[in-house]
Amino acid sequence: MVWLHRYSKLVAASTVLLIAAGGMVTSTGSGLAVPDWPNTYGQFMFRFPFEKMVGGILYEHGHRLIASTVGFLTIVLAAWTWLREPRRWVRRLAVGALGAVILQGVLGGMTVLFYLPAPISIGHAGLAQLFFCMTISIALFTSRSWLTDRSSIDDLRLRRLTIFTTSLVYCQILIGATIRHTGAGLAIPDFPLAFGRVLPPLWTAPIALHYMHRVVALVVTIQICATAFYVWTHHRRQPQLLGPALLLVGLVALQATLGAFVVWSRLQPIVNTAHVVNGALVLATSLVLTLRTHRVKLDRLGAVDERSPLISSASALGVRS
Amino acid sequence: MRVKDLRPALAALAPAVWLSACGGQSSSSGPPPNAQRVDESRAGRISGRVVLEGQPPANGPIKMTADPECVRQNPEGARFETIAVKDDGLENVFVYVKDGLGNYYFDVPTQPVTLDQKGCRYHPHVFGIRVGQPVEISNSDPTLHNVHAVAKANQEFNFPQPVPGMKTRRTFTRREVMVPFRCDVHNWMNAYVGVLDHPYFAVTSDGGHFELEGVPAGTYTIEAWHEKLGTQTAQVTLGEKEAKEISFTFNAASAN
Repeated sequence: MVWLHRYSKLVAASTVLLIAAGGMVTSTGSGLAVPDWPNTYGQFMFRFPFEKMVGGILYEHGHRLIASTVGFLTIVLAAWTWLREPRRWVRRLAVGALGAVILQGVLGGMTVLFYLPAPISIGHAGLAQLFFCMTISIALFTSRSWLTDRSSIDDLRLRRLTIFTTSLVYCQILIGATIRHTGAGLAIPDFPLAFGRVLPPLWTAPIALHYMHRVVALVVTIQICATAFYVWTHHRRQPQLLGPALLLVGLVALQATLGAFVVWSRLQPIVNTAHVVNGALVLATSLVLTLRTHRVKLDRLGAVDERSPLISSASALGVRS
Repeated sequence: MRVKDLRPALAALAPAVWLSACGGQSSSSGPPPNAQRVDESRAGRISGRVVLEGQPPANGPIKMTADPECVRQNPEGARFETIAVKDDGLENVFVYVKDGLGNYYFDVPTQPVTLDQKGCRYHPHVFGIRVGQPVEISNSDPTLHNVHAVAKANQEFNFPQPVPGMKTRRTFTRREVMVPFRCDVHNWMNAYVGVLDHPYFAVTSDGGHFELEGVPAGTYTIEAWHEKLGTQTAQVTLGEKEAKEISFTFNAASAN
């Protein structure tokens, strides 16, 4: 289980890299630099010459190569979990992650073939975050701290608070993805004001979307601070809750700063991508906090409610798993 | 069957569905009822100049370091060609008859218009083409390009040209001013094509001059389009065999 946990952390870390690569594709406007899919300029993608990875191809083809690697790692993760993990719900989660990464690949291909239609591109961005959440969850559920922790935090108010926080962060990420894929990143060209005012003087769809992202960012920040304050006042002696709560405050502060620099730098690709990646880290941290507050609930699903096929057959043969 | 395999069929089907729904005029059909041809012997001419007022902003340098081959092709560096001015005349302006032609019918040329990718730039930068006339896009660079036409009224396309010397033909099926071309590999590369269902268009060159030849008598709206400075229109009434001069004046301040 130790190695499965280490491997699942590797998959989660690779997914961060993949999100960064995807962020660079959109930030540099390279989404259609490779016009065909699944081939690359008519060649099998793994045989495309490295020296031809220039300009936008570097980002788009690089993203495809990293995505393929993450896909392969996820196949191994799903198989490994299926064979070694005694908890049925964790096994199902790993298979779900495999399904998500396959669907993600198909969405990525479709968005290229149909010239980056916003709904597919936004779906691709949204599913990337869900897949990342799955890999983070598997890494958490297979961790030593999760398996050995016997503290029973059963706080309904905190559970509701963290679920709301995580949902809110995810909604904010979807709004951000919509801004990126509809070209509304500079619909309001100044920050912190909007056209020099608190409220924009005119309202178009891109301006409204951009402004909504700013307003929701404020709500998310307040919500995260409120959640962290609740953890501080009620569960200060629980490091498994206090740690992610405090980290969340730091990450959301960094996210707001990056958001400001996205506007000030006129969508500089690296700043823009850092905003995307840090958004994913905010979501992941919020998710970890949420799952830890739900530990008692998840335990009721059963620690070993259904033996995996390999463990079952090993038991039948009298081999200790 | 892959999704990609379905795309040409969908692309072919889409204009037909659109036309049947909107009652539009297809380029491939023959002359519409009551259509007339222009009597060349009685046609006139509209010519003129596009002038830029004020200090033109300098075109910025292009950073081509993303592709070493492009750097090699431009040893002295390259600049954007957004604002091209000679003797106060603005070049790369697409001037065309926007309205007033009525129901004249024009044969579609079969000779292709060429668009070349050379030195990691498009040549020409601005050009016009007829609905149904082929555009032949070639790659004269020792590097790869993708050719992406970001059309709205026409079918958008994006295809690879990885091998030097490749030539690909495409046609536009509907009138559209302008269709931007871009290379997503080299994000500084762009060109614009005006797609029209008549031959009365020109791109200003050599001091901002233009000429529209063989225009029948009538009252027309002439539009001048520039990629950065926007559009201007003028009304012209032309008699038989008459030659008229018009001018457009853009202000450099609006480029900032």
